[in-house]
Amino acid sequence: MSNQEKHWEKSRGLLMITLAIWFVFSIGIFLFGAEMNEVTGPFGYPWTYWFTCQGSLGAFVILIFWFANRQEKIDEEFGFSEREDE
Amino acid sequence: MKQGNFIDNLPKIYGIYTGGFIGFIIIMAIAEQMGMTAKAIGIAFVAFTVFIYALIGYLSRTAQADAYYVAGRQVPTVFNGMATAADWMSGASFVAMAGGIYFKGYGYMALLVGWTGGYVLVASLLAPYLRKFGCYTVPDFIGTRYGGNLARFSAVVVLTVASFTYVTAQINATGTIASVALDIPFQYAVYIGLISILLCSMLGGMRGVTWTQVAQYIVLIIAYLLPVFWISNKIGAGFFPHFMLADEVARIGELEAQFGFVKNSAADLATVPKGLAGITKAHSAVNATPWAFISLALAMMMGTASLPHVMMRYFTTPSVKAARKSVGWSLFFIFLLYSSAPMLATLSKLSLLDPNLSTGIIGKSIAEVQAIDWYQNWNTANLMFISDFNGNGTVELNEFFMGGKAVVLATPEIAGLPYVISGLVAAGGMAAAMSTADGLILAIANAISHDVYYKIIDPKAETAKRLVVARVLLVVIGFAGATIAAMEIQGILGSVIWAFDFAMSGLFFPLVLGVWWKRANRQGAIAGMLGGLAAGTWYLVWVRTGGSGFLGITQLTFGIFGSAVSLVAMVVVSLMTQEPDKATQKMVDEVRVPSGKTILGKQ
Repeated sequence: MSNQEKHWEKSRGLLMITLAIWFVFSIGIFLFGAEMNEVTGPFGYPWTYWFTCQGSLGAFVILIFWFANRQEKIDEEFGFSEREDE
Repeated sequence: MKQGNFIDNLPKIYGIYTGGFIGFIIIMAIAEQMGMTAKAIGIAFVAFTVFIYALIGYLSRTAQADAYYVAGRQVPTVFNGMATAADWMSGASFVAMAGGIYFKGYGYMALLVGWTGGYVLVASLLAPYLRKFGCYTVPDFIGTRYGGNLARFSAVVVLTVASFTYVTAQINATGTIASVALDIPFQYAVYIGLISILLCSMLGGMRGVTWTQVAQYIVLIIAYLLPVFWISNKIGAGFFPHFMLADEVARIGELEAQFGFVKNSAADLATVPKGLAGITKAHSAVNATPWAFISLALAMMMGTASLPHVMMRYFTTPSVKAARKSVGWSLFFIFLLYSSAPMLATLSKLSLLDPNLSTGIIGKSIAEVQAIDWYQNWNTANLMFISDFNGNGTVELNEFFMGGKAVVLATPEIAGLPYVISGLVAAGGMAAAMSTADGLILAIANAISHDVYYKIIDPKAETAKRLVVARVLLVVIGFAGATIAAMEIQGILGSVIWAFDFAMSGLFFPLVLGVWWKRANRQGAIAGMLGGLAAGTWYLVWVRTGGSGFLGITQLTFGIFGSAVSLVAMVVVSLMTQEPDKATQKMVDEVRVPSGKTILGKQ
């Protein structure tokens, strides 16, 4: 397997993990919205309500930065990162 | 203006700008104490901010194609994040979102999740790869990846349908705010809004729009957060509302149980002015089925990843790496406003409902409420209404009606904040609507001038001529949008949601598969774009004309059907026809690694 194929395989793996986490926070938890809302969550809000206001939104922000860092590492590992920085 | 120096000095420049804007707010507050009228304050806020944007637009004028189309590809990550946030958060986010949450609660909050979760798709599936591609517009990517004028043209068609649906709503919002703040009829205010929009983008194209959008973000975020924090402190709900409103949310639940949701008769409702609604759904309870919630969120997420005016912002970053990080910053800046909208809805509702607060009106006598200043103002503006349906002389929960916009626009006044805050909110709403309209008009005009005129009709055209065409199109499209907006055909929020559905129907899979599936070819992409758009449009028309729909897909989520058809059409047709040639496959390989020159830069 060439260097580039390995790079792409790893990138695809990272994509799958990213999309899996995304799925949990955007779709998965809302399958159980009614049940989860009975329980008190962070700062005293009901869990589901908190996720729609802050939890999922914040998780997406963190997820994107995490993804960007991991992808950068993968690019560096295979020598595909850009030489010049901003 | 020296570009190099300018980029290095950005933090300082916008720091001074922010300080200057806060100074302006303080001056207005002092002027209010000294007797400046509410109307004069409103005019001052809108006129001052629009003047600043126009000035930035003028200073960013350019005659270079690279600067006009992609701001010279040197916008730093954080600033591009702010510009994208302003580009993204429209009049709907600013003015209508808190109102939607106020009335519909949980079911509506699917939009919060959808309009943020989409950025994960943007960051991981598309933005860095399209940046590597080095295109000027989204159809530029489609046209080069799949090859051929028909593919390019189909992408322009989808882009135009989606963006134009969106832009009329934004010009409508600009007009609404200008007409309230400047106190002129809506039909004229729409054109004043349009001229302000064009001032930002005409001379500088993407470069002008970028730097005005950063300025607009600063105004809109101050205008949104300041009242939320102020009201929260004023009614003693906590100094940092986001972490401290749990008791208030619970209290609203108690009050709802106490008042009860009484259903009004159709005859009673007919007397309520059009566009106003009462509270009929619980504030924090789960009031929608999982599928209703998830399908709406999903449609908005996939729509986010297909809307060209957002994608095109990531073409302006200096590198692929910067494009990825920039998506994160965009979402962070969006998060600041979106996480505050439910807090504003909570504070607004509690202020009006709670009999223990001096501002509460439920349970007071009708005559008493009708005598309140702010009630009279907003009643005249057709945004508030009470009626004694049961004839007992007091206001009940089901007898109070409000327009969606009033939650953002009127809450500061209801909570007893000085008028300077209302002026600030008007300036913020104007900034939100203008920045989005600018991005959209530019996306359409650039696609037509670059992809249709330059790439298809006259590939030999000189830069100067191309830019003249681009600017003429900008004006023409702006006026077309304003003319339709002036007719007031549909509401702001409805058309915004439709735009997402149109975009995802036609563009989501052709874009994503263009990067992630080498086997995707021209015939497949064309079938995907046109088939998806046609299927989505057919479904929308069918449901609007009395069709029952299926699988719980409504007129707000028709993109789910459209994009499913698009996916199937694209895969089937691609597999039935020849695989793309070697050169195309090699091009896809190169898009997948950040290093090296951009694809289009090599040609």
